[in-house]
Amino acid sequence: MAEVNYKKKKIIEITNVTKAFGAVTAVDDVSLAINRGEFVTLLGPSGCGKTTLLRMIAGFDLPTKGKILLEGTDVTQIPPNKRPINTVFQKYALFPHLTVFGNVAYGLKILRVPNGEKKLKNGSVKQLYRKLTKAEIKAKVERALSVVGLAEYGYRNVTTLSGGQQQRVAIARAIVLEPKVLLLDEPLGALDLKMRKEMQLELKRMHSELGITFIYVTHDQEEALTMSDTIVVMSDGAVQQIGSPKKIYDEPANAFVANFIGESNLLAGNMIADFKVKFLDVVVDCLDKGFAKNESVDVVIRPEDIELIDEEAEKAQMCGEIISSIFKGTYYEMEVVAGGYEFTVQSTNGKEVGSKVGLHVTPNGIHIMKKMRATNEFIGEADGENLVWMCKGDFELDLPEGVEKGDKVKVKVPFDAVELTDDENDGVIGGNVTQSIYKGTYYQVQVYTDTDEDFLVDTSDEWDINDRVGINLRREKVTVEKVEEEEDE
Amino acid sequence: MKKVYLLGKIFIGLMLAVMYLPIVILIVFSFSGSSGIGAWSNFDFTFDLYGNLFTNDQIMTAFGNTFLIAGISSVLATFIGTVSAVGIYYLHRPFKGIVSAINRITVVNADIVTAVAFMVFFIVCLNYLDGYVALVIAHTMICTPYVILSVMPRLSQINPNLYEAGRDLGAGPIRTLFTVMLPQLVPGIISGFVMAFTLSLDDFVITLFNKGSGLETISTLIYSSTKHGIDPTFRALSTIIFIGILAVLIGINVYSASRRKKALLVGGKA
Repeated sequence: MAEVNYKKKKIIEITNVTKAFGAVTAVDDVSLAINRGEFVTLLGPSGCGKTTLLRMIAGFDLPTKGKILLEGTDVTQIPPNKRPINTVFQKYALFPHLTVFGNVAYGLKILRVPNGEKKLKNGSVKQLYRKLTKAEIKAKVERALSVVGLAEYGYRNVTTLSGGQQQRVAIARAIVLEPKVLLLDEPLGALDLKMRKEMQLELKRMHSELGITFIYVTHDQEEALTMSDTIVVMSDGAVQQIGSPKKIYDEPANAFVANFIGESNLLAGNMIADFKVKFLDVVVDCLDKGFAKNESVDVVIRPEDIELIDEEAEKAQMCGEIISSIFKGTYYEMEVVAGGYEFTVQSTNGKEVGSKVGLHVTPNGIHIMKKMRATNEFIGEADGENLVWMCKGDFELDLPEGVEKGDKVKVKVPFDAVELTDDENDGVIGGNVTQSIYKGTYYQVQVYTDTDEDFLVDTSDEWDINDRVGINLRREKVTVEKVEEEEDE
Repeated sequence: MKKVYLLGKIFIGLMLAVMYLPIVILIVFSFSGSSGIGAWSNFDFTFDLYGNLFTNDQIMTAFGNTFLIAGISSVLATFIGTVSAVGIYYLHRPFKGIVSAINRITVVNADIVTAVAFMVFFIVCLNYLDGYVALVIAHTMICTPYVILSVMPRLSQINPNLYEAGRDLGAGPIRTLFTVMLPQLVPGIISGFVMAFTLSLDDFVITLFNKGSGLETISTLIYSSTKHGIDPTFRALSTIIFIGILAVLIGINVYSASRRKKALLVGGKA
């Protein structure tokens, strides 16, 4: 029984959807279910595939693979004009040759509503449709305009409106058709901060008034946390975590989510036993269990979960020195150096710069995450003596015995076996830095190659996102295995 | 400083005089029946020339021919040019540049070359075609690149999501094309049409080479009549054409100014 109800609640189901543009995979095997009436936000940095996913739901792009279901019906191949889904575009895309009224009425003039049935001679029943009357259109347009707070603006030329007003017209134009799902593609991106805050609340109000499912795309984590019932965090075309704002903030699934949402202290640690984690050479109690002994993990501590106490106090887990303190209106944001790591701490009690403090975190404030992956793995081809061809580059690596030129090999590259160079030409291959996360004593950097593969790299240097870098491998740390291929003959 | 300012004024005055004095003289003498221009001694103020104009069959036929050919070829050029502009705009990388460049070649090409080329083309490929059909084909072809050039910039100004917005609101591809995309191009299409029309209207070289015998437009008629001294009636004709074009220009300016003003007024109301 419960199962049936649950199924009915789903309005959109996305199963294993992949979208590739040429060699680039924008959305990679995404599965996602969206409940009726929910306010769902697709959140991620630019280029993470969130807009592409939205465009596939709208019907502007067709998935390379996978299915999209709307209320249980497959709509993957249905053109956008046949879907009961409407979109609010990032740059409004209002029709400049029409008035505000004309813009909002555009869809209504095309709409056909059921108008009785007709018995055909062969006995079957044919559904009849009719256009909306002028009076009906006028009433609907006026209602939609009053919902967005532009009741008196119908006669205005859209080009004379301010950005915020144009955005409201775009919303009115979409909701007037009473869609089952409203898609919003960074609708507040072009507005100034004050306007944006106002519109966030307005959108939230419209969502509860209209009862339509909203799917909202943004790269602004604060916007996502404020407005959503559910947040879908995306990166590299894949879903990283789905959950309520609170869950995503308190229990990020991995280092990417923790770093992207809110401020956090991210550290590398080891689980030395259930409920015991070791980082920066201190063992601290936590609430997590079920890890292998000494499994290396990522540890997240939110700035507001660190308590600053007296250095000598018994419950001080670490000692540190305050190196900066900024008053932020309702709290102080302080940088504390302890055990070689720069902790960010938020507290209502400000401490003097230079003072020595003790740090204390309750088990509740510590969140343990599994490592996303332990090594980089690539498939390459042996290319002569001690050479491996992979990611369109010839790497000098030690080949195991029995591997001959042309054989397929699997190359395992630990994070610390990768060397990045400032000049792309100094590396065997080049790539773009897409992510850089500070983990306490080192940075974990993600580098995308031109062949659409990525290297995770542990490095003591800080690298800027979007920098071009060269990639070299430390030969002694890389292992190469032969891949046994089934012979075709 | 003030001296420079005065010098500038004198310069502009001189420029305008050089540009417009010939036309002013022409207009003044259109009110004199005298066959010798410049001789003020026998300047008699009459409307005779204007009267003659409308009774002169040769001129009226040429006038009709000119507007018929300009009308048909500019409508054709506007249609072909608009469709081509859309096609070129959505071409992929290398082809877009190549086709735009080819389009510009025909614009800068010398008229005389185009004229001879068309003549040879009509002789070789279309069995000595001349007259109306030949002129309409030739004029359409020389006007089309200008229409393309005036429509293309409008296309690049269109919000790329506009087409998708139309589809999103329930319109099919054809309906979206006509109710969303085409209205955005209208200003470019109109200015392209006006350009094509005037281009055909005052074309001389291409018309001369391809009209064949018996068919005359205004420009070729004036040219052929210069052999026996210019018929004074042409002064009246030129005046009327000048005033007509001036009226259309002023009309367009006044219309667009009033539209801008209206938009501002509406905008300032709330």
